[in-house]
Amino acid sequence: MSDTRWEAVIGIEIHAQLLTATKMFCGCRLSFGDDPNTHTCPICLAHPGALPVTNAEAVRLAIIAGHALGCEIPERSVFHRKNYFYPDLPKAYQISQFDEPICGPGRFRYLSDDGEHWVGITRAHLEEDAAKLTHTGGDGRRAGAERSSVDFNRGGTPLLEIVTEPDLRSGAEASAFLKQLRQTLVQLGITDGNMEQGSMRADANISVRPVGQAEFGTKTELKNMNSFTFLERGIGAEIARQIEILEDGGSVVQETLHFDPVTGDIHSLRSKEEAHDYRYFPEPDLVPVVPDRAWVDEIKAGLPELPVDRRDRWRSDLGLTFEDAEVLSESPELAAYFEAVASEASPKSAANWVRGELRAQLREVDQEPWESNVTPSALAAIIGMVEGREVSMPNAKAVLAEVVEHGGDPAEIVETKGLGAISDDSELVALVDRLLAEHADQAQQLRDGKDKLIGFFVGQAMKATQGRADPGRVGELVRERVHSA
Amino acid sequence: MAELTDLTAEEAIAAIGAGEVSSVELTEAHLARAESDTWHSFLEVDRERALAAARRIDAAPERPPLAGVPVGIKDALSTKDLTTTSGSKILEGFRPVYTATCVARLEAAGAVVLGKTNMDEFAMGSSCENSAYGPTRNPWDLDRVPGGSSGGSASSVSARQVPWSLGSDTGGSIRQPAALCGIVGMKPTYGAVSRYGLIAFASSLDQVGPFARTVRDSALLLQHMVGHDPMDSTSIDLPEPIALPSRERLDGLRVGVIEELMGEGVDAGVRATVETALAAMESLGATLHPVHIPHAKYALATYYLIAPAECSANLARFDGIRYGHRTADAHDLLETYERTRSEGFGPEVKRRIMLGTFALASGYYDAYYGQAQRVRTLMVRDFDDIFSEVDVVASPTSPSVAFPLGERTADPYTMYLSDICTIPMSLAGLPAMSIPCGLSDGLPVGLQLAGPALSENRLFEAAHATELALGFDTRPGGTA
Repeated sequence: MSDTRWEAVIGIEIHAQLLTATKMFCGCRLSFGDDPNTHTCPICLAHPGALPVTNAEAVRLAIIAGHALGCEIPERSVFHRKNYFYPDLPKAYQISQFDEPICGPGRFRYLSDDGEHWVGITRAHLEEDAAKLTHTGGDGRRAGAERSSVDFNRGGTPLLEIVTEPDLRSGAEASAFLKQLRQTLVQLGITDGNMEQGSMRADANISVRPVGQAEFGTKTELKNMNSFTFLERGIGAEIARQIEILEDGGSVVQETLHFDPVTGDIHSLRSKEEAHDYRYFPEPDLVPVVPDRAWVDEIKAGLPELPVDRRDRWRSDLGLTFEDAEVLSESPELAAYFEAVASEASPKSAANWVRGELRAQLREVDQEPWESNVTPSALAAIIGMVEGREVSMPNAKAVLAEVVEHGGDPAEIVETKGLGAISDDSELVALVDRLLAEHADQAQQLRDGKDKLIGFFVGQAMKATQGRADPGRVGELVRERVHSA
Repeated sequence: MAELTDLTAEEAIAAIGAGEVSSVELTEAHLARAESDTWHSFLEVDRERALAAARRIDAAPERPPLAGVPVGIKDALSTKDLTTTSGSKILEGFRPVYTATCVARLEAAGAVVLGKTNMDEFAMGSSCENSAYGPTRNPWDLDRVPGGSSGGSASSVSARQVPWSLGSDTGGSIRQPAALCGIVGMKPTYGAVSRYGLIAFASSLDQVGPFARTVRDSALLLQHMVGHDPMDSTSIDLPEPIALPSRERLDGLRVGVIEELMGEGVDAGVRATVETALAAMESLGATLHPVHIPHAKYALATYYLIAPAECSANLARFDGIRYGHRTADAHDLLETYERTRSEGFGPEVKRRIMLGTFALASGYYDAYYGQAQRVRTLMVRDFDDIFSEVDVVASPTSPSVAFPLGERTADPYTMYLSDICTIPMSLAGLPAMSIPCGLSDGLPVGLQLAGPALSENRLFEAAHATELALGFDTRPGGTA
């Protein structure tokens, strides 16, 4: 907030669907977009007598996430029943975790253009997702709908709920944090992180206090923002709403809110008085999860480099900018590709080429670098030839285009197509002299100080040499020779 | 040969093995009695299903261990395509899509499922009078209750409709009706039998177990049910297989007599009969030692916090949305829930759901449910101490013999007291059984024997030798 009198205090709760093959407590396959109620069984439909069994892979993914979030992994964790009636919850309780979560306190580090930040992680716990409700008729909400349908395919999907400390101060910070958290979870294979499809959802707890005050103000909870933009805008709108209330001498009411991204409106879902009493108690159908310590350590040792650490290393060891590092660590595949190019060429040039020309050319054919004809070595070879002045930049781009289309060895392409740079300086001197003579008017204007015309002569030289001239050297020679001619 | 329906399961298996009788003949004989409505033991008898199973077994090249002997199944156990109501109107006509693990194991071992037995609604009750489908009658006196909640399973074995049956025991629901009907009822160690498919009352206490007319039959039935089930995380493997007991002496067996369960609150006739049985054990070489459960006085209160708390969540799934009864003409979601559940549940079930909901409520949890769990831990320690001194403990199973129908229905607290002798072992998760040990006023009295966790075989040996010495005739006077 730019407001100098008020400070916002924000904590985020993230629900991430885990990339397991089957549901949290039964053997039904996870699917998205299949016909409704085709992945169900007595357990996830809560038939009488059915019992849950904990999905070991979900536990493993939660422990990986816990390590990445810098969390403690307690000796044991316990499932609890969270009781409430709703048609999307067939047992009328959700199996979740309460006071003994799978991941204890931790700290997550993320980078932004103004440096590194830490967000405290309160906990991360396992739970099952609810089924999907569809309301038809009316305005699509339950109230006024003519018909409500339940699809239990999603019911029982494993979720990891990550709860942060109230360490964030703006919507922009929250969004930056969530982006990098998402990237970390996606790169570790914990979730697909698809916010539009709801496989990752975020709620924000927001309060406002006068700058300098230690106590928190009354908080509200903003539910289910399904994009980074909505998260940032929603939080911004709620902070503004609270400040306005406080400045008018009013007080914020503790309630659960919904942000409408279309209208920008915030409306109340329920107040504190209407809040559920979930009557948590330990799930007697499940035994506590007591992960083998050696296994927990093994998982930690096997963790790949986290995106934030990779960015650090790229910035300090390879001299990349924050932006380069952010863009190139978007996906593990891109990061690996870049690393391979940078191991054979100058890292800065590698970053420029991968982010710039390569992506631009591949966009035309709708390919990603790692699945294209351009091997990291080929790209490194092109970069090497440019830096060694063996090929001009325009011809280097042409070579790349050739590799994109047909693959092959860039050096051979340069050779067979005769695209190599003119290495003999006297040849260029002769060319420049000839061009200055042929275009005497322009040469005179250049002498009179119209420097722009250097570009004209460079263009003519490139044309005459079919791109084999080094435009930089040609420019130098034009300056030299125009006065001596 | 005696009447087919008088055979014990062991005798019937032997007769089938010797070619003297087929499973179909045995099943027909039992069906004829099971279809009688004298006792109302069964909610449903599936003649075709039973005979089809019997024919399959008769035709099989290899005879399965249980040889096609019929079994009755408490209606709390899910049976595929066989109506399963748990004694409740809310599940009227409900046909499950799967079979409980313990039933599937028995069928795989060659048991023939005859039908589903009556019970107190959702296993809540001690008289079978809370069934939505009318009470079961005690074969010893048709005006008296068979006990509960597994009243139908007990009366069906006593009345020779089946040689054995399955019940479930949460606070005494196998042992107490076994006592009141003069048969053997056994609750195994918590976790010994999979609960997958047992319609939950109180998950941390529920356990499936056998009813039979002999200790050996009950061991035989249990033998084919126990062991870890991947579908039930709380199920366990026993350290050794269940063996059929054979010893006739009890030399060196240290029997702890629970003082708290031998005094006030126990009918004099029951106490005297149990004392006679204890003397019989002594004459077999056992030694008697008075023992104490210091926290016994809290057992009933503890139980009536934990069990209702768990049931309040377990029964929340009966909401009229996916299966079972749904109210007609509700206008919105809340009304659907409220009316479905108001119409579907009986008064005792509602009482316990409300008790449990309250016990778990925010601000009360620590004082009620939390405190009850702490007392439960103390009770486990009480038994640990006791079993460092003795091998088994003994007490009456029920403080009284079978009581008249209707006598206690108006007074839930008096009804709850029916389980004071059985609840402590349930809270501690211990194996416990009731064997008939004599009559008081012409009605059977049960002797309860319990041991440390996983001591099933020791318990069966002690019960078997005592049974032989007592020579109790399980045929109900005048109804056999």
